[in-house]
Amino acid sequence: MTPSTRGHGATLVEKVLARASGQETVTPGEIVEGSVDLAMMHEQGAQTVGPFHEMGATSVWDPERVVIAIDHWVPASTEGAAVLHRILRKFAAETGLPHFYDVGRHGICHQILAENGWVVPGDLAVGTDSHTNMLGAMGAVATGIGPTEMAAVLALGRLWLKVPETVRIRVDGRLGPGVTAKDLVLRILGEVRTTGAAYRAVEYSGATIERLSMPERFTICNMTTEMGAKTGVVAPDQTTFDYLAPIAKHAMHPMYPDGDARYERTIDIRVDEMPPMVACPYSPDNVRPLPDVAREHVKVDQVFLGSCTNARIEDLREGAALMKGQKVAKGVRFIVSPASTRIYEQCLREGIIETFTEAGAVFTSSSCSACFGGNMGILAPDEVCASSSNRNFPGRMGAKEARIYLMSPAAVVATAIRGEIADPREYM
Amino acid sequence: MQELIEGRVWALGRDVDTDQIISGKYLTIIDPNELKKHVLEIALPEFATRARPGDILVAGENFGSGSSREHAPQAMRAIGVGAVVADSFARIFYRNAINLGIPTIEARGVRAIFETGDVARIEMRAGRIANARTGASVPFPPLPHHLLELLEAGGLVEKVRRELAARAGPRGSS
Repeated sequence: MTPSTRGHGATLVEKVLARASGQETVTPGEIVEGSVDLAMMHEQGAQTVGPFHEMGATSVWDPERVVIAIDHWVPASTEGAAVLHRILRKFAAETGLPHFYDVGRHGICHQILAENGWVVPGDLAVGTDSHTNMLGAMGAVATGIGPTEMAAVLALGRLWLKVPETVRIRVDGRLGPGVTAKDLVLRILGEVRTTGAAYRAVEYSGATIERLSMPERFTICNMTTEMGAKTGVVAPDQTTFDYLAPIAKHAMHPMYPDGDARYERTIDIRVDEMPPMVACPYSPDNVRPLPDVAREHVKVDQVFLGSCTNARIEDLREGAALMKGQKVAKGVRFIVSPASTRIYEQCLREGIIETFTEAGAVFTSSSCSACFGGNMGILAPDEVCASSSNRNFPGRMGAKEARIYLMSPAAVVATAIRGEIADPREYM
Repeated sequence: MQELIEGRVWALGRDVDTDQIISGKYLTIIDPNELKKHVLEIALPEFATRARPGDILVAGENFGSGSSREHAPQAMRAIGVGAVVADSFARIFYRNAINLGIPTIEARGVRAIFETGDVARIEMRAGRIANARTGASVPFPPLPHHLLELLEAGGLVEKVRRELAARAGPRGSS
C-alpha cells in the first residue's frame, strides 16, 4: 500500500505503529513513542492514581479516549475491592472521565470496549489487563500494560514500544461441526507454545480466519496473550466494518499488510480434520485432542462458562442449545457468567438464563467471575474444573493443586452434562 | 542505578507466571508492605519470610507470564529485591519491573549457572553476570539507552515527573 524505502513492505502491526509514532516506517527492534488512541482501566487502574499524582500530573491527556470498566469484583465482593472501586470513581470525578462502566452497566473490560466500538481499525489501544490483545481483532494494535505505565499514558497520551517482529499464522480449511474458534486457538497454542510469540506480534490470516465472525476473532486474538505476544491482529474486512459501523466511537484508519511484508516466520495450519481440543493442567499450551482426554474419564467438580475469551451471546446461545432439556450432572457445580450486562439482558430475553438455571446451573451477573480465583467459584485443593476461560496455571482459580482444563463453550456444557470431560459432538 | 549489583541468589524454575508470584486472591491489596508477605507464595513459599533486601531472583524461561498485575514486581520491590534475572521474561512483567525501577535483566543461560544461596555479581553496563562461588558467567546484551534512562531515573514515575516539570518550565507554578 504505502511506498517503502526499505526494499520490502510492512506488516499490519508495523503500519499501525508507524501511524501511532508519526513515522513513515518503523523497523522491528526500534523503540518508538506511540500516541495512544484508547486507554482502558479496570480495577488495577486504582493503582494508577497514586503514580499519576506522584508524577505531578493534574489532568488526563484526553478524557474522551479513556474508558474505565470494573469487572473483577462486581458488585464489590470484598472490602478491598470496594475501596478499589471508590478510588476509581473519585479519580474519574476529579479528572473528568465520563466513560465509566460502573455497576449496573458493567461488563468484562475487553467486551465493553468491543461492544461499544471503543477500538477501531488502525488504533493503538492499551489497557491494564493482559487480555487487551483481544481488541487486535479490530485490526488495531491492542496490548496490556501495568498501572504505573497507565499513569504515564494518562498524563502524556503516549508510551514507548519496541516494534515487534511479526509472526504470521495462516489458517486454511473448514472447522467441522462442534469445532470452534476456541479449539482453533488452542490448537495454535499447542504449536506456538506459551513463549513462541514472546515480544512478538501475531498476524492471523487465511481463508478460515476470513470466514470467522467478530466474536470468533475476539476469542482467537484474546488467547494470543497466552503465546506471550504483544498483540494479535486480524486485518479489517467487511466483517469488521459491519460490526463497527453502528458503534464506532472514532474515525477508522484501516490498514493492511503489504504483500512483500517481512515476517519472522509463517506458520500454516489446516483445520479440516481437527477435533475439539483441550488444554490440560497446568499450562494453556499443554493441548491435546479432546476425544483422547474424554476417553480417560476425567471427572469434574466444577464447570465454568465465562470469561473474556468465551462468554459472548454467541457462546451462551451455543451452550444453551446443548443444555436445553438436559441436566447438570449430580455433584457438578456449573457457573455461567456472561461477558457483559448487555449480553445478560440478551440472555434474559432469549430464555437462555432459564435454560441454564432449569438445568441446575448458576447464572451470575457479568464479571470475570471464576476465571481468576479471586472472586467467586473458587476451587478447593485437588478439585477439577472444565472452563471456557484462558488460563490454567497452578492456583489460577483457587487452590494451587486444583486442575483446570480449558475448552470451548460447547465442550464445557457437554462436560457439565456428563460430569466428566466430554466431546460436545456427542450432544449435538 | 548501580553499575555493580551483588546479592544472594534465589533460584526459580521456568514458566513462573504471575499467579505463582501474587495469586488472584491478593489482588485487592494495594499496600506493597502487605503484598510482600505473599510474594512467590506458590512458586517459592519460603521466599517472603526469608528474603533480605538486595537478594537477587534468578529464574528460567518465561518469568512473569500471565496477567498484567503490577502487584508482582511491586511486592518484589517492597522486599527490596536487588535485581530480577531470567533466561527470558514475559513482556508485561518486564515492562512493569523496569517501570518500577527494578534492574531486570534477560540473560540466556543464566539459570543454569546458579543455585539458591550463590552470590551473583551483575555488571550492568558491561553486560555480564557472574557466580561468585563458581566463577561461571554469562553475558547479556546491555539494556537499550531508553531503558537505562528509566532505571537511572529510578523508574517511570520520576522520569515522567521530570518531563512534566520541564514542560511546565522554570516559571511553571505547579
